[in-house]
Amino acid sequence: MESVDLLYKAIYILVIFGITLLIATYSTYFERKIAAFIQDRVGPNRAGPAGLLQPLADAGKLFFKEDFIPAKANKALFILGPGVAMLVATMSSAVIPFGDMLIVGGREVYLQAIEVNIGVLYIFGVVSLGVYGLMIGGWASNNKFSLLGAIRAASQNISYELAMGLSLIAVLMLTGSLSLREIAAQQAGFNWNIWYQPLGFLIFLVCAFAETNRTPFDLPESEAELIGGYHTEYGSMKLGMYLFAEYINIFVVSAVMSTLYFGAYNFPFMENLRQAISDPVLANNVVTIVGVVAMFIKIFLFIFFFMWVRWTLPRFRYDQLMKLGWNILFPLAILNILLTAGGILLKDYFF
Amino acid sequence: MEPLSNRRKEVAQKEMTFAERAYLPAIAQGLGITLKHFFKKKATVQYPEQTRERSSVWRGLHVLKRDENGAERCTACGLCAVACPAEAITMTAGERKAGEEHLYREEKYAVTYEVNMLRCIFCGLCEEACPKAAIFLQDDKLAPARFERDEFIYGKDRLVEPNKTTETK
Repeated sequence: MESVDLLYKAIYILVIFGITLLIATYSTYFERKIAAFIQDRVGPNRAGPAGLLQPLADAGKLFFKEDFIPAKANKALFILGPGVAMLVATMSSAVIPFGDMLIVGGREVYLQAIEVNIGVLYIFGVVSLGVYGLMIGGWASNNKFSLLGAIRAASQNISYELAMGLSLIAVLMLTGSLSLREIAAQQAGFNWNIWYQPLGFLIFLVCAFAETNRTPFDLPESEAELIGGYHTEYGSMKLGMYLFAEYINIFVVSAVMSTLYFGAYNFPFMENLRQAISDPVLANNVVTIVGVVAMFIKIFLFIFFFMWVRWTLPRFRYDQLMKLGWNILFPLAILNILLTAGGILLKDYFF
Repeated sequence: MEPLSNRRKEVAQKEMTFAERAYLPAIAQGLGITLKHFFKKKATVQYPEQTRERSSVWRGLHVLKRDENGAERCTACGLCAVACPAEAITMTAGERKAGEEHLYREEKYAVTYEVNMLRCIFCGLCEEACPKAAIFLQDDKLAPARFERDEFIYGKDRLVEPNKTTETK
């Protein structure tokens, strides 16, 4: 790889990292705002105009609080837990194609940090590593509630990853590729996967809620029954890291859902736009930039949906959660694979 | 039995329909309700900048009035203290000296007049009892929160209406 490419990649990765952190930071603000709006309140509005500096105030508060470690806790693992959660959460946005390709000075610049032909598998691997952060933290706290929360997190993630993976297989059967860029490119224009995989998307969406430990599946951190679950003993910025990792995970899952089912950076009438501009380089760049905007709009809509659901639905009971995962979503995902396979065969047969 | 109202409902447990068991229509309905609230008018009153509108007969902080010449109307008759159900009012009476006619309207006046705002229930009975129209509950002021209990005992310094320099209406 040339040094220019390396430099570009380094800058791009830094930018994506920054954007991820920024979005996660402001997710906390919008979470509170949306919660307030849904409950007929106005939410934080004192720190800065419209409360926009609230995340800074929160971070300042968390940083300056006492960094407490329980006496009987395993100190090394206690510190490692939130670190792992954070690291893993920030790693996963590396393979997501946030945009197509810019042409800068005759050089093709892809708006994706790393192009790997196993992008989907990478994301799944990294996201499932995230449960280690919760598990380590919950176990190291040496507290019954934390351990219960950690066990819940682990078993919940394992149960729902199954249905999630199976619903994904149907998409992979359609696209025939594991590369996220390839999957995105195949959904050009308005040819999104959601039109072919509505059931698969629904399963994926439900599983995404469970994977990110969001309501109605936030049993690992249910404050009413487990006084916070795996982060019972955490305070200060270590707690902040856990909460932050959750928001980063929401961002990543939203990006993955947009990529897999909602056409990533593709938007309707993009070919018309491309043809409307005579200069091919300019046309390509304009379409790409609009595509990036479209991608982020999709991501923000998903993040809003996550919060909207959180302030609408109550929490499941644990047996209901397991029943939903194994007895309903799992068979449905298999059915979805069969239907997709049948559809592909029929298409080959008739057309 | 004859039903008392026509609002009676059968509560026998029915088997759920498929739509009910699928849970998704109910979720969509719930999301609709929360989205409706998202765009509703907010109930919050932005307190320090904005205060809730009060009724015209709202009873707030007491004031001891002066007459048109600026003399205190109170004659320390004690009827307000008697009327007070919370026993929040205490006073000591004194005799007006020569040369103090511009300060006190009657020959007898209140040397001290204290209202304990922690006891007061703002019922307005003192206002009704007063024969001299000396004490009133204002409709635009309230007793603010304070750190010390002593500070809630309002003496004459805080109760008597300030001397007006301009013509009263």
